[in-house]
Amino acid sequence: MTRLLSAILLVAAPLPILLVSPVLALDGDVGMHDPSTVVVHDGKFYAYGTGNGLPISISDDGWTWRRAGTLMQALPAGRPGPEVIARGGNNTWAPDLIRSGDKYFVYYSAPGTQPKAAIGLLVGKTLDPSSADYKWEDGGPVVWSDGVEDSNAIDPGVFRDPTNGSLWLTYGSYFGYIRLVELNQKTGQRLYPDRKPINVAINGEASIMIFRDGWYYLLVTHGSCCVGANSSYNIRMGRAKKVTGPFIDNMGIDMLQGGGKLFLGSGGRYVGPGHFGLLDLGAGVQKFSCHYEADLDRGGISVLDIRPLLWRDGWPVAGENFREGTYQIESARTGTALELAVQGTPVGGLRGRGGRGGAGAAGGTPIPAQDAAQVSASWPSGPVDVRMAPYMLQAQQKWTVTPVANAGGYPGSPYFKITIAGTDRALTATEDQELVVLAAFSGRPEQLWRIDQLTDGTYRVMPKAIPNSKESLALSAVGSSTPTLAKFTPDSDRQRWLFKTP
Amino acid sequence: MSSPVIVALLAGIVVLDAAQAPGPRAARGPAPSLARPTSAATTPGADGFLRRWLVLEPIGVSGQLTDSAVQTAVKTEYFPDQLTSLPRDGDTLSVGDTKVAWHGVDSIGYNVNLYHFAYALDKPTSNVLFWVVTVVNAPREMSGVRLAIGSNAASVWWVNGKEVIGIYNERQTVIDDGVSKRLTLKQGPNVVRAAIVNAGGHTDFCARFLDDQDRPLKGITVSLRLQEAR
Repeated sequence: MTRLLSAILLVAAPLPILLVSPVLALDGDVGMHDPSTVVVHDGKFYAYGTGNGLPISISDDGWTWRRAGTLMQALPAGRPGPEVIARGGNNTWAPDLIRSGDKYFVYYSAPGTQPKAAIGLLVGKTLDPSSADYKWEDGGPVVWSDGVEDSNAIDPGVFRDPTNGSLWLTYGSYFGYIRLVELNQKTGQRLYPDRKPINVAINGEASIMIFRDGWYYLLVTHGSCCVGANSSYNIRMGRAKKVTGPFIDNMGIDMLQGGGKLFLGSGGRYVGPGHFGLLDLGAGVQKFSCHYEADLDRGGISVLDIRPLLWRDGWPVAGENFREGTYQIESARTGTALELAVQGTPVGGLRGRGGRGGAGAAGGTPIPAQDAAQVSASWPSGPVDVRMAPYMLQAQQKWTVTPVANAGGYPGSPYFKITIAGTDRALTATEDQELVVLAAFSGRPEQLWRIDQLTDGTYRVMPKAIPNSKESLALSAVGSSTPTLAKFTPDSDRQRWLFKTP
Repeated sequence: MSSPVIVALLAGIVVLDAAQAPGPRAARGPAPSLARPTSAATTPGADGFLRRWLVLEPIGVSGQLTDSAVQTAVKTEYFPDQLTSLPRDGDTLSVGDTKVAWHGVDSIGYNVNLYHFAYALDKPTSNVLFWVVTVVNAPREMSGVRLAIGSNAASVWWVNGKEVIGIYNERQTVIDDGVSKRLTLKQGPNVVRAAIVNAGGHTDFCARFLDDQDRPLKGITVSLRLQEAR
């Protein structure tokens, strides 16, 4: 197992802005390998990855990313502290971070000649390089491997147990075990340095834990990295009732014996996902970050991505960012579909069903799908209300959802416009916090829509902005026939929507 | 509690208190789900439904339920000031050659059963339009509220003369089917008016106000006269 190529990947020139259709994996300078957990600090998104000095990536919205120097630039010596280098080496790979009290703890890999390696600690108060308080202090090595023992002390993953606030670190990479130690919440160092680390898994790296509904989940990356589209990286998981394990997969196999239910493998235009990180946006919206070893739409380089995190049968499931297309938009509350408030025309026009038994075994002439060109002559040319009705395959009920270039975005996706299929009639948020369809898309914020997949697989739909308002509201079914905008309430179906292919 | 009168319903049994006045003056006996108001004003229950209404005997219409047909039906002038007047219980008027009367009703259930209403009066229930009106008294100006209705079949609704809801096509009464945009009830009386168009079969409606959290609006009273709505 080697990861020597990873640093090379990161010297690629900044990427041009791409809007890849139909699958989108962030925008801007997204080249990254071994990303940390994405952390939100003062409204900005931060991620750190493998590379000389631990490169910093910042995004204002979670969609468009830029580079902002390295973490080590803020250390007096500009590199890991001497004790870290002595226990491991001078490389800087695969960091992770967490906030504890008024401090951030950054854990990073400092390998020498593997499996001799160490995990170092940096301590700082802010992630914002432009802040007057911005600086990092060397916290020394936290754990290390001597090159002989069954451990390769790289790839830290830090986790706070929400049941009691305790802090834990998992680490390791293929050679020997994935290990677990408890951390001191005030110093970031080991809480019990004399205790033997707990072995929790084998056959992986990039470990990290998350918690939900009484279960601790250990996610690790299996397979090979750092060889572009030939990397077999994939994210696997087990779960336990105790933070210390045993972590068992869906077939009852302990991760210490190689078990691991697949969370995410290669797919679409992406090869080799690895380095899971939880991005909990609150209000029931969870995302995860990872890198792909090869993004085929970007020449096969390694890139950061953020995707929806779903839950099914007690296991996390990797969701997919919203794809452009034409959909019926159905309320999970009412089962009725969003439509332009115009008089519908039956598909195929008014006609009977023929006699009972229809037109015979061979059936009649196929009826083509209805599109706006067939029926929109009678639609008003100006603004039209929006309502909901049983889905009847009619043109006023079909919406085309299209990403909008250079309009910003949110974690994982750009903003979308939502138009009646075959027209430029655009769903629009109004000043009185209601909805209207305007005759044309103008690109204004009230016509840009954020579509987040929720943990149950349904979607939350929010305008980028509401005219003359700072409120953040979501598309809501206030009645069977009536949509509106309202505060998102995660425990209700009011603001949950299904996008179905018509 | 006085002894109850047991009334068989099409869909079941309802127990009426003997003190409740019977429904609209009946040609076929009282409407089992309706009673005549016996007080000046009433307060909606926890579910918020408006149960006191003036209902005009049905007017014959085409019974088409498309958006345009219903809008045409409700915008036709059947009698003077039909969108502004507040009639009294028992008032009569002529629609073409037909004389129709307003009846004050209290609905026993959450919904006002127009089929019961018309059947009891030996009036048609198919291809008809019902005008209904009531007065909602707000103790103070109440903003951000919504009128939320369900109807069988299509219906159009006005609050203080402004059209706020239209739902069309053949449909059953579903609570909170059509919901208005946010509106403001002024302090004192507010007139809520609707026209319900039925093509055939059962016909009824329900209506309530929701507060700015989409909960049934509290603090209002309902009456049939402006001066009694408190």
